Amino acid sequence: MQLTLWTYEGPPHIGAMRVAASLDGVHLVLHAPQGDTYADLLFTMIARSERRPPVTYTTFQARELGGDTAELVKASVSDAYERFKPQVLMVGEACTAELIQDQPGALARGMGLPIPVLSLELPAYARKECWGANETFYQLVRGLLRAQVPEAGRKPAPRPAGQRPRANLLGPTALGFRCRDDVIEVRQLLAAIGVDVHVVAPLGASAQDLLRIPEADFNVCLYPETADQTCDWLERMFGMPTVKTVPIGIGATRDFLDEVGRVTGIDVAHAKAPNSSRMPWYSRSVDSTYLTGKRVFIFGDATHAVAAARICAEELGFTIVGLGTYAREFARDVRECARRYGVDPLITDDYLEVEARAAQLQPELMLGTQMERHIAKRLGVPCAVISAPVHVQDFPARYAPQMGFEGANVIFDTWVHPLMMGLEEHLITMFREDFEFHDAATPSHLGSGAGRDRPSAIETGPTVTPAEASHSDIRWAAEAEQELKKIPFFVRGKARRNTERFAEEQGIQTITVETLYDAKAHFGR
Amino acid sequence: MRERGQRQVFCGLAGIVWLHRKIQDAFFLVVGSRTCAHLLQSAAGVMIFAEPRFATAILHERDLAGLADCNQELDRIVAELLGRRPDIGTLFLVGSCPSEVIKLDLAKAAERLSAAYHGRVRILDYSASGLETTFTQGEDACLRALVPELPSLPDGARSLLVVGTLPDVVEDQFARLFAELGISPVHFLPPRHTSAFPPLGSGTLVLLAQPFVGDTARACQARGARILQAPYPFGVEGTLAWLRAAAQAWGIDEEVVTAVTAPAITRAERGLAHHRSELAGKRISFLPDSQLEIPLARFLQRECGMTLVEVGTPFLDRQLMAQELDLLPDSVRLSEGQDLERQLDRLRADQPDLTVCGLGLANPLEAEGLRTKWSIELVFSPVHGFDQAADLAELFARPLRRGALLRV
Repeated sequence: MQLTLWTYEGPPHIGAMRVAASLDGVHLVLHAPQGDTYADLLFTMIARSERRPPVTYTTFQARELGGDTAELVKASVSDAYERFKPQVLMVGEACTAELIQDQPGALARGMGLPIPVLSLELPAYARKECWGANETFYQLVRGLLRAQVPEAGRKPAPRPAGQRPRANLLGPTALGFRCRDDVIEVRQLLAAIGVDVHVVAPLGASAQDLLRIPEADFNVCLYPETADQTCDWLERMFGMPTVKTVPIGIGATRDFLDEVGRVTGIDVAHAKAPNSSRMPWYSRSVDSTYLTGKRVFIFGDATHAVAAARICAEELGFTIVGLGTYAREFARDVRECARRYGVDPLITDDYLEVEARAAQLQPELMLGTQMERHIAKRLGVPCAVISAPVHVQDFPARYAPQMGFEGANVIFDTWVHPLMMGLEEHLITMFREDFEFHDAATPSHLGSGAGRDRPSAIETGPTVTPAEASHSDIRWAAEAEQELKKIPFFVRGKARRNTERFAEEQGIQTITVETLYDAKAHFGR
Repeated sequence: MRERGQRQVFCGLAGIVWLHRKIQDAFFLVVGSRTCAHLLQSAAGVMIFAEPRFATAILHERDLAGLADCNQELDRIVAELLGRRPDIGTLFLVGSCPSEVIKLDLAKAAERLSAAYHGRVRILDYSASGLETTFTQGEDACLRALVPELPSLPDGARSLLVVGTLPDVVEDQFARLFAELGISPVHFLPPRHTSAFPPLGSGTLVLLAQPFVGDTARACQARGARILQAPYPFGVEGTLAWLRAAAQAWGIDEEVVTAVTAPAITRAERGLAHHRSELAGKRISFLPDSQLEIPLARFLQRECGMTLVEVGTPFLDRQLMAQELDLLPDSVRLSEGQDLERQLDRLRADQPDLTVCGLGLANPLEAEGLRTKWSIELVFSPVHGFDQAADLAELFARPLRRGALLRV
């Protein structure tokens, strides 16, 4: 068992639902107890979908467990087929159904339906949501395209002269973080260099569209978490190259265009100047100077975390103090990235571990998921959301991509917004006793309401972190404590920890004002 | 009409979303799967918590291998949790579908842990699985688990116990009304704090504030309490009859009831008049959700002039609903249980002006051109009593008004 306050991912059948809900003409029958239909409202409420996800649940109850739940599966399958007339039917189990082992997939296949029936294996006690989506998409594409696979050794026909290269965009799904707008942005990026988009899948594709996937020249793996298996398989079976760079951030977008250029033999030099992005100029303008060295903690899915790290380090001038992911399947990328920036990678799906690390690192900004917003609230640290899981406010009405040049604009605004503005930061440091602009007040551009939780968070947050408990044998002299309070609150936690570390190293029992400044000189900031 | 088929309802775990706000020193530990954890955070996670008061002990593959191991694991998790949150007064171990299918004995676990943490934390268990409970029945199961913990009311003493979660403001209003009527002491279950458990005994009169607390009521009865038959306190008519049931049982004159309630009733009727014009004559259908459907339909029909098309309820306790059913017109189509797709076919054929349904259906039905009122809000909002009668009507009038306002 694992104590879980918040979970970063849902169970794997949610991933299967995300694929089904992305597609047209594909229906999913889920063997699941009454109540598991809550998942529908992820789509209808959080993502504000206008249609119910194409999912039929068996919704068994206790009284049916004594009887024949297998019959219930069969009835649900035939009802779903009759009513929705799908082109493809997928059958899977939720966690409780996995325990009673009715083999719904095999049952459905034995019913002689005149359409492809795909049986999904979703190990709910070992795997999670992204794995479920990745696996479902892979099984679906493999199942539909297996008949088309050319003989081994046969090379794909070269592109006819004069025809623009065509790309599939693979990976965007329903409930994915900003998938809707990323697809639009990447489509524009590719159009600008003369590449057409052939099939976007699963988001918005039909079963027929999936059959047309091999007609394209190459695949763009936009979200490895949901599409890397599919892309690998298409590469192996159809010889379709995969573009693997994820274009989040200015640098990554340029690299992406380079890679597309290499794969297609197109000269992309003219498109690489980020003339459509204001982000490089905004970041260079003197107003952004105070962002230099802001200490940031990054956590999310691997793709967004790695992209965020590069943006922080190379495009915004932040200092990365922590980097991690909950996606174990992609931990290697994050470890490598963490090594590049000289931080200890945090690979965990345990919310409490992330919370402990954040408390220990005392960042000035957290970039994370909806879950890191809880942590940031507790620690009183500004926070912006960079990755799923997200809630309703991160499915915005406005155009809000993360990818491409416009994505970089969106990212600049979103990440800088929660920070206190430069002038205010200066004044708070200079004058400490202002009744309106003081430590515990929220940055004034965030409004008064947002600050209500702040004072309590500050009291309970940094003062009780485990890191500090271990230094309890070191005493702070009263005037040193006073002096510490003159350090702006967003770096105070770090200053306290550094001073205590310094005192410990030097064998100092009582921290005085002198020790505080000695430590400051020792560590630099 | 009774139906069986696909059901679009929450399981009892959803009750935790409001129970953890009501009982302020309680913590709810669900023993279940990642699905259970995901349900809870999807429902409550839009609020940002510095210190959440619910969590899930997620079962992994190795837990499914053997039961003895599971108990040790649970002990470890409870120790971790109580270490992190020393302020917890009562810990509920909440059973789920997976924990029930593998027959993990949470009652035994609660007993064992109670002994281990004796004097510090009270540890109770109940099941809120989808196999056994539908949405608000989760509250019933939770309160049912509290009943054996209630201290005994001394013989000869009498008291009134109001059962069912009420918003604090409504609870205070009712407490004032009972005081003016001369009924005392009055206690509420659940209490706001588990250190203040209400007493229970043969002198206790139980008044149900919510229609879904049948098992709790029967457990109180088993300890000698008497259940008062009354409609539920929605609207002027329901609230008055509900108060009157208590007053009569307490032996209070009808004139006193009239005198005490008159000002509030006048106020409520003035408030209701604002919305009656918008609601009168409109046709409404309820899909099953919380068991509040029948009392609310009664209020909307009798006090707001709405026409009832279909009233669906997940579960119909004829005994506890008797007084409500008497007030419903014979013409209403009453359905218990659900076969979702067939019910939606009926709904599309009926084309009511307003449909009360869950969030999984609301937006898709709006997109089809039906106006909807999402039902969960009725469990989260102050809707009981005289002074909330107009607010309750407004919850139904608002989507209609909005539909008329929007030009986009």
